[in-house]
Amino acid sequence: MNKIFEVPLYPYERNSDQDASSPVRHSVVVVGAGPIGLGAAIDLAQQDIPVVVVDDNDKVSWGSRAICFAKRPLEILDRLGCGDAFVDKGITWDTGKVFFDTREVYKFNLLPEDGHKRPAFINLQQYHFEKYLLDRLRELQAEGKPIELRGGNKVVSAEAEADHVKMLIDTPDGPYKLEADWMIACDGAASPVRSMMGLDFVGRVFEDNFLIADVVMEADFPTERWFWFDPPFNRGQSALLHKQPDNVWRIDLQLGWDIDKDEEKKPENVIPRLKAMLGDDVQFELEWISIYTFQCRRMEKFRHGRVLFAGDAAHQVSPFGARGANSGLADTDNLCWKLKLVIDGVADERLLDTYDVERVHGADENILNSSRSTDFITPKSETSTIFRNAVLDLAEICEFARPLVNSGRLSVPCTYDGSSLNGADVEAMPERTRPGSPASDAPIQNGWLLDQLGNKFQLLAINSDAPDNFSACDIVIETIHLDTNDEIAQRYLGNEKSAIYLMRPDQHVAARWTSFDGDAIASAVATAIGN
Amino acid sequence: MNKLTTTPNLSDPDGFYAQLLELHEGRDKQTSDAINARLVLLLSNHIGDHEIIAQAFSIAGQNGKDPSP
Repeated sequence: MNKIFEVPLYPYERNSDQDASSPVRHSVVVVGAGPIGLGAAIDLAQQDIPVVVVDDNDKVSWGSRAICFAKRPLEILDRLGCGDAFVDKGITWDTGKVFFDTREVYKFNLLPEDGHKRPAFINLQQYHFEKYLLDRLRELQAEGKPIELRGGNKVVSAEAEADHVKMLIDTPDGPYKLEADWMIACDGAASPVRSMMGLDFVGRVFEDNFLIADVVMEADFPTERWFWFDPPFNRGQSALLHKQPDNVWRIDLQLGWDIDKDEEKKPENVIPRLKAMLGDDVQFELEWISIYTFQCRRMEKFRHGRVLFAGDAAHQVSPFGARGANSGLADTDNLCWKLKLVIDGVADERLLDTYDVERVHGADENILNSSRSTDFITPKSETSTIFRNAVLDLAEICEFARPLVNSGRLSVPCTYDGSSLNGADVEAMPERTRPGSPASDAPIQNGWLLDQLGNKFQLLAINSDAPDNFSACDIVIETIHLDTNDEIAQRYLGNEKSAIYLMRPDQHVAARWTSFDGDAIASAVATAIGN
Repeated sequence: MNKLTTTPNLSDPDGFYAQLLELHEGRDKQTSDAINARLVLLLSNHIGDHEIIAQAFSIAGQNGKDPSP
């Protein structure tokens, strides 16, 4: 039987634009049908913005690639109408263990708090992830939403004009011209669009190689993230073991810099390494082998006029911390509502500059965390190795050293502190829901708070009177009236008795007050759309 | 800003120094390096104040010379 990533799921089909006498102009063209491109397209189509996705491929991701998906992207997928498929299939986990040599030195829980719909993390192969997004795209098409996916369509040139983008697309039937008012480039770390536009992508190269082996095996390891420093089966290097659905296990072995990649990738060289780790008796089958190196870098700006870069095309991090795909979805979460307001003529184009500011902030946070993890995991000098080992030695016996152990600071959502879109704050309210923060989920009367939020501006009224509907800046704002419970009080009230929160369409807090004041809210809405 | 104490603060300087040497007595370089690293971590955590630690790092990093004018 073919693997799902070997089947063409969106094969090339001729489209009418290829026969048009002059280039057809679309509202939005998304380049790349990976997790980020599909996420962007679904987000826009759901809000009735016509979108065409072009990709030179016609299949989902080759191999498992990104496998760890954090709580926040799962919440974004819920907003995109498809979170259940991912969580039902994914492996839910929240415990990580760290080993040094042969000893367990540290164990952590990622979400030591109840009252959230979604778990801290799931593991799911990127090919499943993309397949479920494709299913959602097909569902939207069946509902008549304006979304089109063109496989076998390769962008070979892109020119940004003042108010549109011109493209040349190559296909099996030859090239055709296409135009878009807006282009979202989600074409990966090697982004051809970025190169065609001659844009920079600078950062730090890490001189190390890692071997990924996905093996299919029946094993009774617990559903936890296991990380080894200097284990007997990979001396002087690191190792990672992680469970994926369908009895697939991700094994990640650090190999060092001076290796022969082609040799190391051969099954006859990989299998002995895996047997040393898993034991001679364990039966396994290799699903996918890859060797990767990485860089931590980003573009200077994610917005270049009518071209918006998102995901790996805009920023790249080491895999430690699962900050690649997770932050890419945060990009489109941030971008799509802004683009809709601009396309609808409700907000000025400069609102899109805040996509750049807010997500560059997110990318810098990810690059910082990821670089620090990498410096801990793969020390670059004798002294940094000595300190790393001292931390691990002490972690076993002294609690203070455990927070210093860095086997990857796992992806957490970004708070847009200092963003020009943020409005009023109330200091006595909890820090976690300050303006710029993503909403904290909480159980409410009829389900979960986050299921009630998103895709539009909303007011949250907690122990507070507010009109059911309210209009500001040509935007109708709907109010959600909430009864207090322990979680709502702890996450939204803090030391106050009542609260009004203005929520952005991406479920981030725009501003908050203790009671309803129409003028203050209207002014915060204007601020939140960049006016 | 909290200030790093750079005036004498150890009640028994010779005793302290002897204890420090005793800790390393008969150890090879690799073991001593590991002990020193654990000491830096333990003492830094005890101090806890990032400003104080940063001043200590600064002086230690400048070959023992006090960088403040």
